[in-house]
Amino acid sequence: MSGSALSFARRRRFGNYFWIGLSALLSVGIAAILLLILVYVFYQGVTSISWAFLTQVPHPVGVPGGGVGNGILGSAVIIAIATLIALPVGVLTGIYLTLFAPPRLAGALRFAADVLASVPSIAIGLFAYEVLVAPFHHFSALSASFAFSILMMPLIIRTTESAIRLVPTDMREAAVALGATELQTLFRCILVAARPGIMTGLILAVARVTGETAPLLFTAFGSQFWVVNPNQPMAELSLQIFTYAISPYKVWHNQAWGGALLLIMAVLTLSLTARIAFRGKVTANL
Amino acid sequence: MPDSESPHIVKSFEQQLARLHDKVVEMGGAVENQLTEAAGAVLEKDTDAAMRAVEADPRVDEIEREIEQMVIRLLALRQPLAADLRQIVAALKISTDLERIGDYAANVAKRSIVLNQFNLPYSLAGLANMVVRVQDNLKLAIDAIGENDAEKAVEVWRSDEMVDDIYNAIFRELITYMMEDPRNITPCTHLLFIAKNLERIGDHATNVAETLHYAVVGEVILGNRPKGDTSAYAVVRHREGENDRGQAEHG
Amino acid sequence: MQIAPSTRNETMLETTAPTDAEAGVSVRHLNFFYGSNQALRDVSVDFRAREVTALIGPSGCGKSTLLRVLNRMYDLYPGQRAEGEVLIDGRNILGPGVDATSLRRDVGMVFQKPTPFPKSIYENVAFGIRLHEKLGRAELDERVRWALSRAALWDEVRDRLNASALGLSGGQQQRLCIARSIAVRPEVLLLDEPTSALDPISTLKVEELIDELKADFTIVIVTHNMQQAARCADRVAFFYLGELVEIASAEDLFTRPREKRTQEYVTGRFS
Repeated sequence: MSGSALSFARRRRFGNYFWIGLSALLSVGIAAILLLILVYVFYQGVTSISWAFLTQVPHPVGVPGGGVGNGILGSAVIIAIATLIALPVGVLTGIYLTLFAPPRLAGALRFAADVLASVPSIAIGLFAYEVLVAPFHHFSALSASFAFSILMMPLIIRTTESAIRLVPTDMREAAVALGATELQTLFRCILVAARPGIMTGLILAVARVTGETAPLLFTAFGSQFWVVNPNQPMAELSLQIFTYAISPYKVWHNQAWGGALLLIMAVLTLSLTARIAFRGKVTANL
Repeated sequence: MPDSESPHIVKSFEQQLARLHDKVVEMGGAVENQLTEAAGAVLEKDTDAAMRAVEADPRVDEIEREIEQMVIRLLALRQPLAADLRQIVAALKISTDLERIGDYAANVAKRSIVLNQFNLPYSLAGLANMVVRVQDNLKLAIDAIGENDAEKAVEVWRSDEMVDDIYNAIFRELITYMMEDPRNITPCTHLLFIAKNLERIGDHATNVAETLHYAVVGEVILGNRPKGDTSAYAVVRHREGENDRGQAEHG
Repeated sequence: MQIAPSTRNETMLETTAPTDAEAGVSVRHLNFFYGSNQALRDVSVDFRAREVTALIGPSGCGKSTLLRVLNRMYDLYPGQRAEGEVLIDGRNILGPGVDATSLRRDVGMVFQKPTPFPKSIYENVAFGIRLHEKLGRAELDERVRWALSRAALWDEVRDRLNASALGLSGGQQQRLCIARSIAVRPEVLLLDEPTSALDPISTLKVEELIDELKADFTIVIVTHNMQQAARCADRVAFFYLGELVEIASAEDLFTRPREKRTQEYVTGRFS
């Protein structure tokens, strides 16, 4: 009796240790993979990075030097325009969803946002192509921004929603009690309090699209030149990395590693900024 | 208050209130007993009873201190309100009155010992009457405390006037004796003080009744207090004296 | 000698009584519903001008609900409705055509937890003023200073008006909220358990402030703390199950309440 009970206990204890150990091992493995990628990209890319790399346009094959300057600029322009579209639309939708929509409509909107968030980016690129490229018979940065803004919106909507929900009802009532109208309460109180949360969502959304390549293939298309007109095809960093990486040239491969390093650094910085900003908000409010 | 009311949510508070109430009743019993002994000492010339009445005094004082401690603790720690507050404050005031009553009873007992050395040429019937009434009043007051009975308190309050009237009569009577024969002066002075002490006991019993009434009902007994001690205005003139009436303070 | 019942200086409010001349706020036959739940039943009560009236009673007795009727806070929530009359300056604020936002300028409210906006101290106080008035910079500065002084906070914050209000202690935040409410110069100040989140010393400071402010405002305070009601109210109203059970001077209500339910509640014998 007692012997089998003992062995049962021992078996349970062993099982316990086994599974905890396994999960710990796998967790460390994940962290190690991240570290490995970072180190490898850094190792491969750091040699390519120079002032020229950051400021020059790509050189034709065989001409030494050249860089991704126009790609960086293009990324900035495309993302900036995408933000200009996605931010107001996303924030207003988030506000409506949280404060004004009837519960059933709010549920539907929330579901739509979640579905949109999981639509493959290439499908969204294709959609942008159909809407903004095909009818005009030329690629454009604008169409890329459009595709990006669609990718950003669900994130902004959901973070806006949760940021507004974090604003205590008491604070909202305090503004109302002072005689603020609904609109004044929204803009002078709720949004002010929710701003850090919304900014965090925005940064995460930017970080997300910074690494996107697929929607750009048939929207921004890429360019070898400095382009600032958003109605023209435009270079973009991740697109350039893609182009370089699938080329047969060793020099371009190195350029691709350099670009990848830049991209990773950018996304990492954005994510860290968002984390720190959000932590600051949490401690300030609670 | 142990009426029909629901018990306090905090049981320990309820218990402390009950203990305070019991303490006051205990003190009342002790004082009542003291007065009985003192009365016996005077009326039956019982010196042992007198000694017992005097010896009871320290214990009464001790209970008073205990009540004071309990009241201070309850006020500081429980912040009582309404009926609780009234009951607790009443306990403090009543214990002070009872302590005074105890002192007077002891004083009566001490004087009775001195008095026993004299041969009194006159009856103590008036004093006996007064003793009975004061005892009745005190007993009623203490019953009222025990039962938180405002009606009884009112009864005590009303009957004090009678005690005062008897005291006035005794006062006049004793002064007359002293004027008749100077040898009466010593015993009559003691008797006078005994009567005065009894009268004071009656007053304190009335105080107790008033305090209790406020504690139970939340309202003071209205109307002028039946304060009948008019001896301060009494004048007994030699020879023409007998029928001269004192002037009552309240008409 | 006879025992006459003692006369009370407070008598139970006659429901048909004409409006008290000194009444800052008169509530008449007020019924309030959360959907189909009735939270207040035929409540009639006067809150006198320049007095502090405390509302006490167990949770759910309707005291906070009454407060939220006085500035029509319930408007925010669909399904809540009030019937009856609430007269402020002779005007029924529940009547049609009353603009709730301008009403709230006259009836300020301070909440249970301090609710500073995530803005500077100065901006917090200026918030309400800006909603209702267009003041020049100098006038606005003066008003903010006045409100902060009145709320006994000026000396503590004069050097950091532009610092975030979130950096203040809980007690300071609550006094800031009071400053913010009085900055728009209301007639009535509603306080909904204003010290329930504060430590004892901050609580005393707020109570002292309430005492100061009653010279200028009609104050209604909801509190769960009977000692607090005893300390700072002139009159105390006891509510139970949506009804006004008793209103009396603080002294009478806490030393000799008339109603059995009041007696049981204030002595802690409530089941």
